[in-house]
Amino acid sequence: MEYLIHIAILVSIYSILGLSLNLVVGEAGLLSVTHAAFYGIGAYATALLLTESGMNFFLAMLIGMVITGAIALLIGAVLSRFDGDFYALGSLGFNVIVFSILLNWQSLTNGPLGIPGIARPSLFGFSFESNTSFLTLSLVLLALVWGICTLITRSSFGRVLHAIREDEQAIQVFGYTTTYYKLVIFVLSAMLAAVAGALFASYITFIDPSSFTVNESIFMLSIIILGGLASHRGAVLGAAFLIILPEALRFAGFPTDVAAQMRQVTYGAILILLMLYRPQGLLGEYRL
Amino acid sequence: MSLLETKKLVKKFGGVRAVDHVDVRFEAGMLTGLIGPNGSGKTTLINTLTGLLPMDGGTVVVSDNVALHAVRPTSIATYGLTRTFQSVRLFEQMSVLDNLLVVLTERNVWGALFERHGKYHLDTAEDILKKVGLWEKHHELAGTLSYGQRKLLEIARAVSMRARVYFFDEPFAGLFPEMRKVVSAILHELRENGAAVVLVEHDMDLIRSLADYCYVLDSGTVIAEGAPEAVLKQANVIDAYLGK
Repeated sequence: MEYLIHIAILVSIYSILGLSLNLVVGEAGLLSVTHAAFYGIGAYATALLLTESGMNFFLAMLIGMVITGAIALLIGAVLSRFDGDFYALGSLGFNVIVFSILLNWQSLTNGPLGIPGIARPSLFGFSFESNTSFLTLSLVLLALVWGICTLITRSSFGRVLHAIREDEQAIQVFGYTTTYYKLVIFVLSAMLAAVAGALFASYITFIDPSSFTVNESIFMLSIIILGGLASHRGAVLGAAFLIILPEALRFAGFPTDVAAQMRQVTYGAILILLMLYRPQGLLGEYRL
Repeated sequence: MSLLETKKLVKKFGGVRAVDHVDVRFEAGMLTGLIGPNGSGKTTLINTLTGLLPMDGGTVVVSDNVALHAVRPTSIATYGLTRTFQSVRLFEQMSVLDNLLVVLTERNVWGALFERHGKYHLDTAEDILKKVGLWEKHHELAGTLSYGQRKLLEIARAVSMRARVYFFDEPFAGLFPEMRKVVSAILHELRENGAAVVLVEHDMDLIRSLADYCYVLDSGTVIAEGAPEAVLKQANVIDAYLGK
């Protein structure tokens, strides 16, 4: 049971990441490969505020979101001038930079040794120490993020994002300064990723830079592409699928000497088959 | 009154002057035809005037009082300019209705974030879609429409802008006769309401019946201008079309 709760918590955290990344990739059509950087900045900001000042988790998370948003504003100001492949490559570059800073700014981040002893959240005397209560908290935050994403996508702003995805130059002609739209959605998406970062840091109670690499960004992209771009349900389904699948393959009964390798092969094969037969993802409408 | 005017406008592609010191004037309440053989620079002229291509020289004058030496695509709407595209550029994976609503709603980023389209926007979109006969399809994706319907939707989108100067780049191509009448009526109505309507068209009968004035372009320069009847009889215009 503990194991299932652990999986469910991870699925919630990655669902938040998927939902927030979807705002940029699915809704606005900007292939961002830097989401793990904001996940990491959110996690580090929250972890440092918790361990250094001992403030309340929720306050630390909010401050972490603001810090992440501010950094995203700087990165986004450069990125929003790009589109297409250049956007993808530029964003990848920023992920590498953020990862290197997390790894090498020893005095702040403790480098590769990471930050241990991060406290679990508590609110009005109630501590989310047990995994069951932490799962409840994760689900509540997931629901909040879902709600925010829904408000954004259903607003006039969301419709403009779709138009940017379809033909950025054409929507410019109708009076939209698309750079601002791309910047704002990038910052909002980063701030929501910081929520996932804060949850992750206080759930595992230890973070190090290896959780926030480019590989992690690509994993998040796989979640939303598999689940279906521009679909909230798709983001959650994709997260569940990609977190549960490798766990489920543990029970597939491969001979012990090749079990690990067979799991990897099966996992890879399922991804390829899905792309062959359902390129728009499990629940997606939109094709890249 | 001139709503848009160019003075010695130049657009170069490498060493080729696709628009070569062109002077044109688009007057309020007039339908101006832009004609000329393929590759004569009609679409390049429109693309330069709407900021899709940066201009390489000359001046663009808006409403006789704003002189521009560069045009950004994002600012043309504020000058009251709008357009359709020769190669129909719709928002394919959006519904027909959303293709219109997106040009009707709030332009400001924060305003847009806290706005959902209102009844006013919906009613306006419904009126315009009914006018072009696409209301029945308002929930379908723009990408699933036929070529003719796509052209109509693009025209509807331009009309929704309530602009002062409209550029229509071959709006009649590929439309069946009934729909041509609808589009003609729309162009007439815009003109009657005091807009400057610019029409790129190859069908000379349409130009004769619709245009008040026309410019003939060849190799990036204006080779003739005036009332369509007179201009189309000129020897150099006939030569440009038939190739001497």
